[in-house]
Amino acid sequence: MDATHAHGGGVSLDALVLFVAVVAVACYLGGVAGSRRRGRDWPMPRTVCWCAGIAAGAAAAAGPLAAAAHDSFTAHMWAHLLGGMVAPLLMVLGAPVTLALRTLDVTPARRLSRLLRSAPARLLAHPITAAVLSAGGLWLIYLTPVFDAMRTQPLVHVLVHAHLVAAGYLFLAAVIGFDPRPHPPGRVLTAIVIVATMASHGILAKFLYANPPAGLEILDVRAGAQLMYYAGAWVEAITIVIFCAQWYRAAGVTSRASRPAGTRLERA
Amino acid sequence: MSAASLPGRRSAQNLWSGVLFGVGLIAFIDEAVFHQLLHWHHFYDLSTPAMGLVSDGVFHAVSWFATIAGLFLLADLRRRDALNWQRWAGGVLLGAGVFQLYDGTVQHKVFGIHQIRYVEDVFVYDLVWNLVAVAMILAGAVLVYLTRSAAPVRVESSAR
Repeated sequence: MDATHAHGGGVSLDALVLFVAVVAVACYLGGVAGSRRRGRDWPMPRTVCWCAGIAAGAAAAAGPLAAAAHDSFTAHMWAHLLGGMVAPLLMVLGAPVTLALRTLDVTPARRLSRLLRSAPARLLAHPITAAVLSAGGLWLIYLTPVFDAMRTQPLVHVLVHAHLVAAGYLFLAAVIGFDPRPHPPGRVLTAIVIVATMASHGILAKFLYANPPAGLEILDVRAGAQLMYYAGAWVEAITIVIFCAQWYRAAGVTSRASRPAGTRLERA
Repeated sequence: MSAASLPGRRSAQNLWSGVLFGVGLIAFIDEAVFHQLLHWHHFYDLSTPAMGLVSDGVFHAVSWFATIAGLFLLADLRRRDALNWQRWAGGVLLGAGVFQLYDGTVQHKVFGIHQIRYVEDVFVYDLVWNLVAVAMILAGAVLVYLTRSAAPVRVESSAR
């Protein structure tokens, strides 16, 4: 707590983060209510995922965990896992674009869908671009003075976490997106990108273990680096399960469609 | 898939599902038993060169992906009623053996990521480790050879 007060502006930044989070949840709930009004129910688990995702992202950027992250690398890593991995995963599971397209009026919905199909959006949402922004951005944070700055200046901490949440969301939307994708990427390419990103995360964790940032307790850094390596792997494993399940389901649909009814091999 | 109704159908998928799961399984055993339970392996040796870090990171990621993808391929085989447990087990042994041999030679010895155990005579450990790997590869290769679909299936289908 002292850290936020000492650097000034910490409390108002917390309020700003809280405000953004409340707006994100309110917009989503408004969309759910709109969908219900039009007679289409919206799955409760999606709503829960979105709210939990926003809460995780906010907890990483502001509040007690963010304050602790200024002194402790382990706390910093918890914030990193929550903001960069858990929050984006939950938010992607919330399928916000689907909800928006369903509840917006025709004109804004068309505009949104045109925006999503535009060339810059497609480039940004490509798995490779999204992976470079997400995983590559992480290397930049730790290898440049950004890391020192985010520990001493609350504003930089908030900005870095806003980047982590946004880039993480972009990446997961690209590889396991639940929202409609006009040009879905190839499965093999996506699988390679997932493995490469996970490898990059593991390599960075061991790199930090071996090369602790200046001014931090070495044992604290080692604990944080192992947290990044192991806890990160579990979040990545959930991503892989979702990716494989999507592929499995799609393969089932095509094999049933291509086979005449009489020769089906399914068991009762 | 014209081979969909033959007994040896989806032979390659049976093999690859097993190989992927084998790679994941042996990596999991390595992590759970030698790193976490026995604490023989170290998370990181400070002498590890950059190439070792990259190799370790890539195999860490590949083994997670392989475990999960291998099990989904297995579920797909069951769904299609095309699962051959023997061929699948052969694949598991082959994948596990190859990964263990790579881990025991390239990662432990060439890259020096970590040793099996931090004792004076690590050679005995290395020898047992790599012999187990070779034994798994041989057993897996025999199973895969015995369950190959090519020869017997072709005779059967041409007789019809």
